[in-house]
Amino acid sequence: MGGFALDLAHLLAGGMVLVSFMLLYQNRMFGLLNVFALHAVVLTASVAWQAFIQQAPHLYVTAAIALVLKAIVIPLALRRMVVRLEIHRSIETVGGIGLTMLMGIALVALSMMVMLQAAADADPLAREDVALALSVILLGLLMMVTRYNAVSQIIGFMSLENGLILAAAGAKGMPLVVEISIAFSVLVAFIVIGVFLFRIRERFDSVDTHALDDYREGRQ
Amino acid sequence: MGDRGIGAETACAGGADTADEGVFMPVVVALGSVAVLILVAIAAPLASRRPAIATPVVYGTSGLAALVLFVTALAALLGHLDVAGEVVLPLGLPWVGAHFRIDPLSAFFLVVVDLGAATASLYALGYGAHEDHPERVLPFYPAFLAGMNLVILSADAFSFLVGWEFMSLASWALVMAHHHEEENRRAGYVYLVMASFGTLMLLLAFGLMAGPDGVYAFAEMGNRVREPWLPGLVLVLALLGAGSKAGLVPLHVWLPLAHPAAPSHVSALMSGVMTKVAVYGFVRIVFDLVGEPVWWWSAVVMGLGALTAVLGVLHAILERDFKRLLAYSTVENIGIVFIGLGLALAFRTNEMAGPAALAVTAALFHALNHSLFKGLMFFGAGAVLTATGERDIEKLGGLIHRLPVTAFFVLGGAVAISALPPLNGFVSEWMIFQAILLSPDLPQWALKFMVPAVGAALAFSAALAGACFVRAYGVAFLGRPRSAAAAEAREVDILSRTAMALLLGLCLLAGIVPGLVIDAASSVAIQLVGHDMPPQPLFPSLSIVPVSEGRSSYSGMLVFIFILISSGLVIWAIHRFASKTIRRGPAWDCGFPDASPATQYTADSFAMPIRRVFGPVAFGSYIERWMPPPGDPSPARLKVVRHDLPWEILYAPISGRVSRLAERLNTLQFLSIRSYLSLVFAALVGLLVVVAIWA
Amino acid sequence: MGMIRDLAIQGAQMVFVLVLAPLLLGLTRKFKARMLDRVGPPLLQPYRDLAKLVRKDVVLAENASWLFRTAPYMIFAATWVAAALVPTFATGLQFSWTADLIAITALLASARFFLALAGMDIGTAFGGIGASREMLFASLAEPAMIMMVFVVALVAGSTQLSFVANFMLTHVSLRVSLGMALVALVIVALAENARIPVDNPATHLELTMVHEAMVLEYSGRHLAVIELAAALKLLLYVSLIACVFVPWGLAPPHSGFWPLVVGAVTHLAKITIGAFLLVFFETSIAKMRVFRVPELLGSALMLGFLGTLLLFVSRSF
Repeated sequence: MGGFALDLAHLLAGGMVLVSFMLLYQNRMFGLLNVFALHAVVLTASVAWQAFIQQAPHLYVTAAIALVLKAIVIPLALRRMVVRLEIHRSIETVGGIGLTMLMGIALVALSMMVMLQAAADADPLAREDVALALSVILLGLLMMVTRYNAVSQIIGFMSLENGLILAAAGAKGMPLVVEISIAFSVLVAFIVIGVFLFRIRERFDSVDTHALDDYREGRQ
Repeated sequence: MGDRGIGAETACAGGADTADEGVFMPVVVALGSVAVLILVAIAAPLASRRPAIATPVVYGTSGLAALVLFVTALAALLGHLDVAGEVVLPLGLPWVGAHFRIDPLSAFFLVVVDLGAATASLYALGYGAHEDHPERVLPFYPAFLAGMNLVILSADAFSFLVGWEFMSLASWALVMAHHHEEENRRAGYVYLVMASFGTLMLLLAFGLMAGPDGVYAFAEMGNRVREPWLPGLVLVLALLGAGSKAGLVPLHVWLPLAHPAAPSHVSALMSGVMTKVAVYGFVRIVFDLVGEPVWWWSAVVMGLGALTAVLGVLHAILERDFKRLLAYSTVENIGIVFIGLGLALAFRTNEMAGPAALAVTAALFHALNHSLFKGLMFFGAGAVLTATGERDIEKLGGLIHRLPVTAFFVLGGAVAISALPPLNGFVSEWMIFQAILLSPDLPQWALKFMVPAVGAALAFSAALAGACFVRAYGVAFLGRPRSAAAAEAREVDILSRTAMALLLGLCLLAGIVPGLVIDAASSVAIQLVGHDMPPQPLFPSLSIVPVSEGRSSYSGMLVFIFILISSGLVIWAIHRFASKTIRRGPAWDCGFPDASPATQYTADSFAMPIRRVFGPVAFGSYIERWMPPPGDPSPARLKVVRHDLPWEILYAPISGRVSRLAERLNTLQFLSIRSYLSLVFAALVGLLVVVAIWA
Repeated sequence: MGMIRDLAIQGAQMVFVLVLAPLLLGLTRKFKARMLDRVGPPLLQPYRDLAKLVRKDVVLAENASWLFRTAPYMIFAATWVAAALVPTFATGLQFSWTADLIAITALLASARFFLALAGMDIGTAFGGIGASREMLFASLAEPAMIMMVFVVALVAGSTQLSFVANFMLTHVSLRVSLGMALVALVIVALAENARIPVDNPATHLELTMVHEAMVLEYSGRHLAVIELAAALKLLLYVSLIACVFVPWGLAPPHSGFWPLVVGAVTHLAKITIGAFLLVFFETSIAKMRVFRVPELLGSALMLGFLGTLLLFVSRSF
């Protein structure tokens, strides 16, 4: 049981990292949304498994929130938004997919080196989860900085937040309140960004955030 | 020629007699052969008025001297000769003298150098007859060989550096042999600057190691106690000094300019052999003289090696000049050797003697392999140059019909250099992979994570090397001729072909019985890392087993035999049962008959996908398109912009600053007397102030 | 006596792969046709094709050199030797120590080297385009394969396929790294066998083609040998995946008659399932643009590397 529990937890957390890379690899808007939904599903499975092996029922609530909000509601809403904005063609990336992937690999290596050295004597289950969660967070950040498009930046932000939940689930005793507040703050952020997107769109006829930079430079 | 050859041997015997009352000292034989080479170099200008005689005499004697050196070194390496003892000649610095000796490390590299030298001399006996200016080549060729041998034989810093400089200058003179071409003059200039830089760095490295009391003999230098910061600095200096000669990125810029500029047999020596002398210098300093390594050294060496391997082959794959392509491929292979050396350092610092022995043996093996197949490929390039007068592969094609024998040998070389079984290039890379697979046991996390990435880089460069040589061979030798010169090429002379056959045979031998080389290198491994690989069983299995049978094994011989048997079986079956008729017909032409040879895939078009995928990262390359406005009948233009990033980032600013400084200082030449006097006065006062403050 | 028996088993393995290879091709074609609601060719059609090709005359292009005529045999021999070294029904065969997984990869690279050269020999644009693309794909597929080998070798402590298979049988565990290695290997296998989404084995004379462009000028017995080598390569990859990731049923070393039979039968079942999965995947995906393929293969390389990194996490407890 012990070995298998660790193996499966490890598999699911590793799966999160893998799906984060799939997010980086996507260059189509709908593909990106689908993969993000998959990210949330893997997160749900991972959190639920943690709930089972830690016998912490409140984690089931976290898992349910992740499933409903992130795997269903947000992707659907984003999809509608993309359709209405007519930006489903493709995503620009900075420096090409290959380079982004290489940077991602380097980030994963970095986060593992940091966590394995910093927490050498911690509980292996928690330590690995934290190492992998840190990778997911860094990959989310990477996604946010390598994409121009505001919608993919939102996705990057939310995959980052998935990493936070993964870390929280792995570290025993994270109160439910914190998790719920994180989940709601994301929802709020999502709404704000959504509204904001339409504003950008109306004003600049594009959701490329370059347009904002140009606007600011123009004022100076 | 015969007379001179006998002269070489009597000179050696004479040398042996004068030493230690008849004790047969290999190092004396070796020095005697070097002396013969130097004598030939001195005598060559006298004879160069009659090149028809001088050419065979010089190359013949050089070849024989190299052969004597090779046999001596091989016997010493295999332990058949007693190599104990140094020879001290009263040359050089009076209180040091010139020390010479042969230990396993130098014996191994003497074998590599003189095997290359002997085959190159054989090749030159045929090839050298086509030389336009033999008087520019003949004196320097034996001097070059002598210089390389001196570096390896010497056992003190002073003779090492003298030999190094001798080698550099002689090879520089050979690069400048065809100096009427603008490109070669530039190559010579860059080479001279880089060579001086390298020697300077080595001088500093030896100076640091010799310490304040000036211990220059290697025997005492190795076991000195040093300040803790010093070995790291020496490593950096050795990387700069030996690395610049070997062609490590970013110090490789001179190599693809200089190596192709020389005559082909000299190119083969510079690429295949002189880079090995540089590797020897690095190994001698870092593994033998400087003391205990620190773990981060291995990361530096390995990282540079991986970068060199990948960038070298990416450059090679975009190159159209056959010889320059080979020079870039040398850069790649040097990278692979340094990956092996870096791994050996990593294992050695963590006291993992077995894996360290595997890695260092693999690096040495690859150095030997590279000298074999790179020599072969440069001989092939020389043959193509003789036959067609072309180095640009875009103007060749179809040579397999006109030069069938050369084409066969070059094909063998291409298979070997692309690291494909059953030839030798694969074996050494396989051993490096095996060493990489042992890396998880290293305690340092940085190394654990880095080594697999280096492994990926190695696999990447091996695969790209395959692509590179498919392209080079396919465009130059296959297809239809793209120029009149290629269509009328004639097969080269028998001596050149013999030299190529010899090297291909050695490639095959090293590929199918690698155990011989591994066992031969075991004493070197013991000297360098204090351990050797387990002896490789020659019979019954003929396989190499780096760690244990259960972990990995490879038998080149059996793979070779299996390939022979299975292809024999299928050929037999096909010819027994199949239709034997062969009809010749035109190739499929899509309904456009008699397509011109220009419609073939060219070298540039072959490399285009690779350039497009990897170019933006590796070279910052991009394509400039220019379309004429509508209605304008002028042609559209497409230009590929490719940057040599190390050159632009590192060298161009430095050389720009130097020339700007020179311009500024130039005004100093046009001052009045009063200004000069005031300068002198200011300098005097300034010095006095310094003295006043310090004293 | 034991020696002769071992030799016989090794020989049986060589014949087994040779006989099975066209069947696997027939299976994939049949499955594909059924999935597209066609009847499809009979299962044994590839054998008939080969027999027909062997009987036909060779039409050689005017410019073909000796390399063009010997290359098919070189390609076939290298592929056959490689295929014979991958355990299909039994592990620990007589010559299994001849080459490990890295050497098998390199043998396939040799075959590819000669195939690409043969493509360039005639001097038409087709061969060149095929060779150029094949080498581009190989430049990423090979490192991806090597990284996959690293993951497996770090888990099993060996690159020797027989040992790997036995290790996987006895130490079964759920590892995310192995999953990544599997995905990487599948991507490499698709690229190396010129399957959709990298290349389309069913097309001719299309600008997207890679493998078919190189063999365009071959005919008669030469084409038969090359087709058989291609089939062997497909079988090799399916066997490799089966041997490393689903080694159940493989006969252990020095086993008797019945385990060998069981091994052969389970292997047949495995390649049937493999063919079905391959076809299922192929029918549900579209062919990629050529310049998307390096990204796909790069992601396989990345997966292999990620697997290696994750292995350190899981090895550390």
